[in-house]
Amino acid sequence: MTNATTSAPLQLKGFGKPGSRPDILVVSVICVLGLLWAISAAAFSHDLGMSVLAYIFAGAFALGIFAISFAGSKGLLANDDSKYMDGVLKAGVIASTFWGVVGMLVGVIIASQLAFPEFLYFKELGFLNFGRLRPIHTSGVIFAFGGNVLISTSFYVVQRTCRTRMFGGLLPWFVFWGYNLVIVTAATGYLFGVTGGQEYAEPNWVVDLWLTIVWVAYLVVFLGTLWKRKEPHIYVANWFYLAFIITIAILHLVNNAAVPASPWSSKAYSAFAGVQNAMTQWWYGHNAVGFFLTAGFLGIMYYFVPKRAERPVYSYQLSIIHFWALIFTYMWAGPHHLHYTALPQWVQTLGMTFSIILWMPSWGGMINGLMTLSGAWDKLRTDPVLRMLVASVAFYGMSTFEGPAMSIRAVNALSHYTDWTVGHVHSGALGWVGMVSFGALYCMTPWLWRRERLYSMKLVETHFWLATIGILFYITAMWVSGIMQGLMWRAYNEYGFLQYSFVETVKAMKPYYIIRALGGLLFTAGAAVMAYNLWRTAKGDISVKEPLAKAQVA
Amino acid sequence: MTYEALAKFAQQSGSVYFAVIFFAVCVYALWPKNKDKFDQMAQMPIDEPNDDAPLMSEHSGLEK
Repeated sequence: MTNATTSAPLQLKGFGKPGSRPDILVVSVICVLGLLWAISAAAFSHDLGMSVLAYIFAGAFALGIFAISFAGSKGLLANDDSKYMDGVLKAGVIASTFWGVVGMLVGVIIASQLAFPEFLYFKELGFLNFGRLRPIHTSGVIFAFGGNVLISTSFYVVQRTCRTRMFGGLLPWFVFWGYNLVIVTAATGYLFGVTGGQEYAEPNWVVDLWLTIVWVAYLVVFLGTLWKRKEPHIYVANWFYLAFIITIAILHLVNNAAVPASPWSSKAYSAFAGVQNAMTQWWYGHNAVGFFLTAGFLGIMYYFVPKRAERPVYSYQLSIIHFWALIFTYMWAGPHHLHYTALPQWVQTLGMTFSIILWMPSWGGMINGLMTLSGAWDKLRTDPVLRMLVASVAFYGMSTFEGPAMSIRAVNALSHYTDWTVGHVHSGALGWVGMVSFGALYCMTPWLWRRERLYSMKLVETHFWLATIGILFYITAMWVSGIMQGLMWRAYNEYGFLQYSFVETVKAMKPYYIIRALGGLLFTAGAAVMAYNLWRTAKGDISVKEPLAKAQVA
Repeated sequence: MTYEALAKFAQQSGSVYFAVIFFAVCVYALWPKNKDKFDQMAQMPIDEPNDDAPLMSEHSGLEK
């Protein structure tokens, strides 16, 4: 970034004039105000959790101020419009890979704790219990791994399809570091028992406010890049990313509406209570699935599958119908989480109906992704990265078939609260979100580091099979365990009493818990193989067993 | 307005609203005149001659 053509390295004076850099000013002001707040919070905090969060925030903001001054003094903040902003994407690839392995490893630990309750649990160290670690796993894989993948792929796709550099100068870096600060503070909070109490929305009110600031910057950066695009059209993948960013902002603000016990307390009280709270929570929860785990990753599918297969998307018209049908339908599916509760029956039916309607857009999208390979099916044999992307789309089809079936009230009577739900979630999370993310990371790493090819295609092959077998172990174990559990809960004896005590149902599940932990371990091992492969690729190495001349796949 | 009346209104107007929106989207997506534009857009990820640098001129010349 030395040959800046359009703007001077660091110009804080002359705010608003040509060549000035309000982005640096905005980020600096946020860091200074944040530091002041964090020092006050550390001084006045009411509880240990708030102190810990305050110290982490203070350290992060101080580092931020130092980094901006240092980079500014070296002239590294120049914004060169003749180049894509790839530095933040490289950081995103590294962070995604790191959080992926960490989040999955915590998953293996808690799966082992279910099979062997004493595993890595010590009574003196209460924070290692399942209740504290479980949100670290869910937030770690969904928000840390998935979120970093979405931020970095969205930045990649929006720059390449708009053929312009990221808008906002320093703001994309602010989004990246700010988002990862959310992850660190949220996870540390969970260990200390600081939580907002809503599932998949566990970060407490301080972290929620910080995420709001970061997310607004994300939206500004994304919209700004679309605004200054050099192409006449906005490619469909960007529509999916934009829907993801906007909807997550709305979901986050509404579901986390809360009143803090005091400005210096980590505890806050939700604005909702009772069935309204439940409905808001699952409106949030299912749309987190629909817009974070689906719309965002469909953005990946619509760019990386055509790009990798070197074929245009099967039907662009279908992708438009897919988009609008998906976002309008997902919004209403949440009530299927609340069958047989105090929620009015017609709202339950509404949620169930919309979940069944979702079959159509979901399968439309899956067909669109798979059929993009028509005329290029042979590449599945030669390119393991494309195979990974296609397997992810197949898992997307499978889990979006299973989901509507489970939302039917009569099926839900058997499946709800059982491991079947856990299996369903993981067929989507590991199969669809995980595999499509791996595929995107395998694509982006050589592209960003300007390498001819990945370090080793054989290791991608290894990863593919470790992941696929891991998923199969996981979901088959959870199907058997979940259906068995549901049947045992509803079994009556000839006198009309429940046939099994609760502990008997738990005991019956033990073998499946062991198989599930094994499946998770295989999947995590695959991710570790990917981390090694990507690291060697970034270093510029090429496996000696697979010299460049022999390999056909770039 | 009673709860029942409100619920009925929400259900009926929601059904109409969704049907109309879906119909409008289908018309837009399948309108024959839009076909060329969509075919061009479909080429966007794979048509980039140079993935390494942004365009410095206004347009790529994709539109005719």
